[in-house]
Amino acid sequence: MSDVLVLVEHADGGVKKLTVELLVAAAKLGTPVAVVVGSAGTSAALAAQLGDAGASRIFAAESVDPGELLLTPQVAALQAAVGACEGPAAVLVAATFDGREIAGRLAVRLDSGLLADVVDVALEGGVVVATQSVFGGAYTTRYRVTRGVPVISVRGNAIEGEPVPVAAPDLVALETSVDAAAATTVSQWLPEEKGDRPELGGAKIVVSGGRGVGSADNFHVVEELADVLGGAVGASRAAVDSGYYPHQFQVGQTGTTVSPQLYVALGISGAIQHRAGMQTSKTIVAVNKDTDAPIFEIADYGVVGDLFTVAPQLASAVKTRKG
Amino acid sequence: MDIAVLVKQVPDTYSERKLRESDWVLDRDSSDAVIDEIDSKGVEIGLQLTEAHGGSVTVVTMGPDRAKETLRKALAMGAHKAVHVLDEALAGSDALQTSAALAAALRTLEVDVIITGNEATDGRTASMPAMLAERLGWAAVTSVTHVSVEGSVVSAQRVVEGGAARVSASLPVVLSVNEKVGEPRYPNFKGIMAAKSKPVSILSAADLGLDAGSLGLANASTQVVSGAPRPLKSAGEKVTDDGEAGNGIAEFLVAQRLV
Repeated sequence: MSDVLVLVEHADGGVKKLTVELLVAAAKLGTPVAVVVGSAGTSAALAAQLGDAGASRIFAAESVDPGELLLTPQVAALQAAVGACEGPAAVLVAATFDGREIAGRLAVRLDSGLLADVVDVALEGGVVVATQSVFGGAYTTRYRVTRGVPVISVRGNAIEGEPVPVAAPDLVALETSVDAAAATTVSQWLPEEKGDRPELGGAKIVVSGGRGVGSADNFHVVEELADVLGGAVGASRAAVDSGYYPHQFQVGQTGTTVSPQLYVALGISGAIQHRAGMQTSKTIVAVNKDTDAPIFEIADYGVVGDLFTVAPQLASAVKTRKG
Repeated sequence: MDIAVLVKQVPDTYSERKLRESDWVLDRDSSDAVIDEIDSKGVEIGLQLTEAHGGSVTVVTMGPDRAKETLRKALAMGAHKAVHVLDEALAGSDALQTSAALAAALRTLEVDVIITGNEATDGRTASMPAMLAERLGWAAVTSVTHVSVEGSVVSAQRVVEGGAARVSASLPVVLSVNEKVGEPRYPNFKGIMAAKSKPVSILSAADLGLDAGSLGLANASTQVVSGAPRPLKSAGEKVTDDGEAGNGIAEFLVAQRLV
């Protein structure tokens, strides 16, 4: 089997969940090989975790500190790793802001086809085929590359399956160099404040509020239902633009795309922009005053009514049931 | 400081967008075409930087004839001139090919800064800024929410998943703007009238020196294997609240094993 290179995202000594998903995806195409970019000793510290996630080998690119230079060290490491393997089947990176920038540069450098933001990968007759979800899931397309090593960015929470652990992955040092003149330097990292709720993009349950919520103060109704259900809070663009809720919680075309087991839409009319960010949810429940709201066209269970009476009643019923 | 801003005409995200079922490529005729919202924010940042530091803004697009509407919109906002990369041979280009054509066009402009949106609403590969930076050998500063230039140094704040970072790079740079960068100005009547007489140069693949054997769908580095529309989802149960609808939803969720 050919090697499949996976760029590892890590923070505070831990491998990110999305990297584990990438390694699971890599195993569908060949032998997963992790590429770690970090300061000296990072790879050894992550080796056990990467082995548990299925990496059979680890390339350690530790000659350039990526804490200061933005993303070009990762591009250089992947390029070197491709050269150090015998014809890798693919290079996988996370479809994050950083991952997609790395993928773009790498595709040019290798003159290889780029498959972006894919939700699944498969090997068909020796060819790597990647599945993309287009226009918020309105279409599914499957793509292959026609030249080079496929460079693939993979969407989070999309790959299903469990890793097959590897006991002691080999650690191989990788020498890389970076043109510091054409690099971007990081001076300060400002982490987002983390709340107690699950992260929106990966949450199993999402409760979102729209224009119908009416004000920032009223959003506590949405939050309370989300907390009772153990879900994340989302907001429609109309609610965000009206200043009811912060931008990072926007669900839709121009916000986060979610695909939870349960999506509860409160006071959301269901404009195409919003539906593009949530219509692949497994089960959709909608509460809206307007019986003609388009959200009802895709809702599995719709209630025409006032969210300020329906949502608290629902929260209370769920609370009672959970004890 | 001379700036190029890339703009793209995309299907309106407020309309139903379609793929052609013959080849699963974007059906540009099925929906209204507009300037991608994120690109008008790029134009805004370009205008702000030239207002502060002097210089001109050139808007650049690649696309079919009607993409010129997008250039006119940007010119009406205040951009000084426009470049339209227009050639039927470029139809069906993938990201690699598009970046090669745009890089060739941008090299003719001799600008210090190239601004793009961080991600188009149709293709969504979000790769163009990185690909251009790579082709030009420039630094890339992507997903920017605040930007300033002092001397030859660009300082910016960028947002990514989980937080933000203060970053800097030396000119020349490719900047991509995040949607949080701020709202674009609206063209006023004077701007719309002035746009009519601003210069738009049209560049063909030959003008750009692109190898004819590298262009278009037939030479793309990616290829559709298959495509399918999402199975139609039919509406489920819909009830009008009789005072018990909240409990009704709870029962539904229990039956679905969701609570």
